[in-house]
Amino acid sequence: MSALAGGLKLSREDRPIAIAALFLVAILIAGTVYTWVRFGSAPLLSPTYLLLQLQIGAFLGIVAAGMMVVILISQIDLSTPWTLTAAAMMATAVGGPWAIPIALGIGLAVGIVNGLGIAYLRVPSMIFTLGVNAVMRGLMVAHTGGFAPQTEATPLMRSLAAERTFGIPNALFVWIAVSVVIVLILRRAPLGRYIYAIGNKEAAAYLAGVNTKFVTVVCFALCGLTAGIAGALLAGYSQKAYQGMGDAYLLPSIAAVVIGGTNILGGRGRYLGTLIGVILIVLLNSVLSIMDMPEAGRQVIYGSVIILMLLVYGRGERVTS
Amino acid sequence: MGSNLAIRLRQNFGLATGIVLFCVVYLGYHLSHPKGFSSAVLVQNSNEVFTLAMVAMAQTVPVLMAGLDLSVGALMTMVDCFASYLMTGAAAGTPLAMDFIGIRLTFGTLPGGVPGLLLGMLICLGIGTLGGLLNGMVVVYGRIQPIIATLATGAIYIGVALHLRPQPGGKIDDDLNWALTNSLGEFASTVHIFDDGAASWFAPLAWIPTPFVLLALIALVVWVPFRRSVAGRTIYAIGSAEGAAYMSGLAIDRAKLIAFTLGGFFAGCGGVFLAIQTSSGNADIPQAGAYTLNSIAAVVIGGTSLLGGTGSAIGSIFGALILRVISFFFRIFDIAPLLQPLFEGLILLVAVSISAVRVLRIKNTLELFR
Repeated sequence: MSALAGGLKLSREDRPIAIAALFLVAILIAGTVYTWVRFGSAPLLSPTYLLLQLQIGAFLGIVAAGMMVVILISQIDLSTPWTLTAAAMMATAVGGPWAIPIALGIGLAVGIVNGLGIAYLRVPSMIFTLGVNAVMRGLMVAHTGGFAPQTEATPLMRSLAAERTFGIPNALFVWIAVSVVIVLILRRAPLGRYIYAIGNKEAAAYLAGVNTKFVTVVCFALCGLTAGIAGALLAGYSQKAYQGMGDAYLLPSIAAVVIGGTNILGGRGRYLGTLIGVILIVLLNSVLSIMDMPEAGRQVIYGSVIILMLLVYGRGERVTS
Repeated sequence: MGSNLAIRLRQNFGLATGIVLFCVVYLGYHLSHPKGFSSAVLVQNSNEVFTLAMVAMAQTVPVLMAGLDLSVGALMTMVDCFASYLMTGAAAGTPLAMDFIGIRLTFGTLPGGVPGLLLGMLICLGIGTLGGLLNGMVVVYGRIQPIIATLATGAIYIGVALHLRPQPGGKIDDDLNWALTNSLGEFASTVHIFDDGAASWFAPLAWIPTPFVLLALIALVVWVPFRRSVAGRTIYAIGSAEGAAYMSGLAIDRAKLIAFTLGGFFAGCGGVFLAIQTSSGNADIPQAGAYTLNSIAAVVIGGTSLLGGTGSAIGSIFGALILRVISFFFRIFDIAPLLQPLFEGLILLVAVSISAVRVLRIKNTLELFR
């Protein structure tokens, strides 16, 4: 597979995306063969099924979009789980027309706090966002009393997350909107140039006159904002907010970004790759659930796939100087 | 001599701060404890801290190389599940069997009694060490960043743990549980040494909790020699400047392999103890995640830099102790249980933000970007 990609003369940024896309097709084919042999049908190829998968993938996709921006400046945001949960819980608690603005506001506020701590206090993002995550969890436990909140999602949240327009899930439109904004920032705006510059060498970006602190804050604010959007949508999708609803999104979102060819050390990666990474993870999960794979087997396959894909194209360079 | 001490203190500033902080916090805890300083309280505390301390030590080794191991909690959980099969203290000749995809596999038998328990424990530690070695091989030969490589291997370990224990269960030998989770006196009387612990010279030591002794033993017998070995020094060199370490002719790949393997061994110790303490195996995913995240916090509080190159596993032990003592405080001061997670989070956030004083001392902005 790598020889094929090499033969096509793909750039260092496109090669991972091409291979991930090939792998995506391979999963689709393998799943279809399995269902064909076992049930005599091919649900994986039906548009309704694929749209449903994309709808589920939208939540992960939105989280991963924000995560990618942060990873590109060689930081990481571990506060996503409880930012998402806090946004969802407060949105359902407030209700009414203010539900969604509250969710976005909480995401944005947490993101800005993260950014300030990392940019101005220079605390490593790994540990600062971990602390913020713990604080958000504490706040929500104190707020809800440790029980699942009894509040419900507003009709608008439900409609955005679970309903369809012209047969296409609304959540997909939200995902597309978020994606367009991120792509515009990364490829068209000066901010995007700064993000890649900081990821490659922060000191150089600073010396070139980039306001690195401000850019860092903006990146974390974006990541928090996407977590807030995902929280509002997820609460709408499941009609309510609950403890730990964000836990399942942290590691998969990082994995999706990295599988999509973004360098975990920052400075390199394309948004298309993240999109493919998200779809790959969602599709892999759904094929495994069609196969009735128990959770244990899923985890093993999930881990093996990440290692395998990174062995094909994610290998670092040897440090020699 | 005096200046020598001053230099050593400056070199180990983080560790010294951690120890002082722990002493203050722990003394405060005992002064405000209704029962005061007693062996029973010590034993309870040591049991609660041991696993986290081991996992924090496991995390320290990759962090010293400026890497991060997201699989420590998962590896610890996997060993915990293995231990609930291998350390049951069943009679000799009981077959070890397990169902895999509907097929019943049998793996022979363990001897009964103490040799069986010891062998089972060794196998469990071996499994932990192998898991660490696997992490190291993926990082070194696969040239994948540690954080993402261990994210993947962590998923694999959790998968194996879930396969072994879909529901919490299993059993640990009762005597083993009693011997290792109590004071030295109970240990001696359970394994019948020193006249069942009644020897007169032994009496002044009988109150010491066994887990503390084990912790100190592992630190002194495993960590200290490692730190002084070539591989140990290479780890610090890699964390400071990998390129320079390579140009100096240090065996970088071998040191990395050894480091991850050692981390796996520490995580294995944690898993074995958790199984002994809870007397069961439990593939608890949230718990595994919490241990991983707390281990990072313990490492940082213990004075090890996430940028690599400075710090030590001893510091991480104190980091773990501080983290746990904070939660002990909640019990005494009667803080509403609902507010406890908030306080824990705030304390963690403040503790890590203290490192920000570095920013104030820096004269050249470029020094910030390291």
